Amino acid sequence: MKIAFTSSGKTWDSIIDPRFGRTEYIALYNEENEELNFVDNTSVKNDAHGAGTATAQKIFELKPDVLITGNGPGETATTALKHVKMKIYFKANDMTLKQAYEEYKNGNLPEIK
Amino acid sequence: MIDHRPLKIAVASGKGGTGKTMVSTNLAALRSQSGSTLLVDLDVEEPNDFLFIPGELVHVSDQFKMIPDWDQNRCTLCGICSKVCKYHAVIQLGTYIAVFKELCHGCYACSELCPVEALPMHPYKMGTISKKISQNLTFLESRLEIGEEQAVPLIHQTHNLVDKNYADFKVQIFDCPPGTSCPVVAAVKDTDFVILVTEPTPFGLNDLKLAVETMRKLGKPVGVVINRHGIGNDDVEVYCRQQQIPVLAKIPFSRQIAELYSNGSLAYQEVGSLESSLQQIFSYIQNTVKP
Repeated sequence: MKIAFTSSGKTWDSIIDPRFGRTEYIALYNEENEELNFVDNTSVKNDAHGAGTATAQKIFELKPDVLITGNGPGETATTALKHVKMKIYFKANDMTLKQAYEEYKNGNLPEIK
Repeated sequence: MIDHRPLKIAVASGKGGTGKTMVSTNLAALRSQSGSTLLVDLDVEEPNDFLFIPGELVHVSDQFKMIPDWDQNRCTLCGICSKVCKYHAVIQLGTYIAVFKELCHGCYACSELCPVEALPMHPYKMGTISKKISQNLTFLESRLEIGEEQAVPLIHQTHNLVDKNYADFKVQIFDCPPGTSCPVVAAVKDTDFVILVTEPTPFGLNDLKLAVETMRKLGKPVGVVINRHGIGNDDVEVYCRQQQIPVLAKIPFSRQIAELYSNGSLAYQEVGSLESSLQQIFSYIQNTVKP
């Protein structure tokens, strides 16, 4: 399984970025080889509109099975992500990536359906 | 030599709620007593001038912008469309191309650059323009559909319509959106003078400065109207003096004006001092703009 996170930094101890479209980084954890990688998303900073769809496309290209985020994607990004077979869990606000991953494993994060 | 070009006056503010609508509607109605006058409400996201303008609704027209529609059967999934869209309104999700019409600026890039013409452009309703006539005053209201994000295309279309069909109105007054972003820049385009309505408070001053800087960049002559004069402090006046910006009028903070306004009445008809302030504003602009 590949798990994506919206992240404010580049380590397991970074806090989940509550924002979807304007997340600073996208973290990608591959459970098979236990590798954690980060994709820089700061390029959307200069966009007045469309950050949600831009990030949705970027996450789609990483092909994760699961996304863990904070506030959840907005309406437009949710429409975009309907075309993706990815499960989205949210309300991981204020958690580190590690904590959010454990909460997800324990089934404590709500899923967006 | 006779100048046939209309005098175009914009009413803008920076800060919202300073009195743009009050100044625009009263100025237009007063001026219409001495000749045909056009008032255009360009605050397309929340137009409300119509509340103050009596008269019959004579016409409503739907306004369209062009947006792409994805033709799945033609598409080869080359991905060019999503790469060229600066607004991320067209994105590729695997074998699906998603078009977000609210984000689309109608620039045609995806449609024109698609090698197989899989994104033909189609009209999409973004708003309406309504027309009311009240004696010598003709009023146009430009209104965006609920949920639409792009104000600029509708504002441009309204200006074009005015230039095409209303050029014989020698005085045209445009009530602009608040703020200093793209919609305001579009609204003051091609106007000869910008009235900046402010209030004598720190918020009023802060946003006035932003508005002045914006208008200077655009090369527009400006004058300030201080509304609700008597509250706050005199920092706005000090700023205008330092920057050599003319203060066209000071409208007092008055319960009577507020009550008339909240009843949808044109306050100048009852408040003599407001009428003379508006006369003063109009004469200043006429003398400054027309050589």
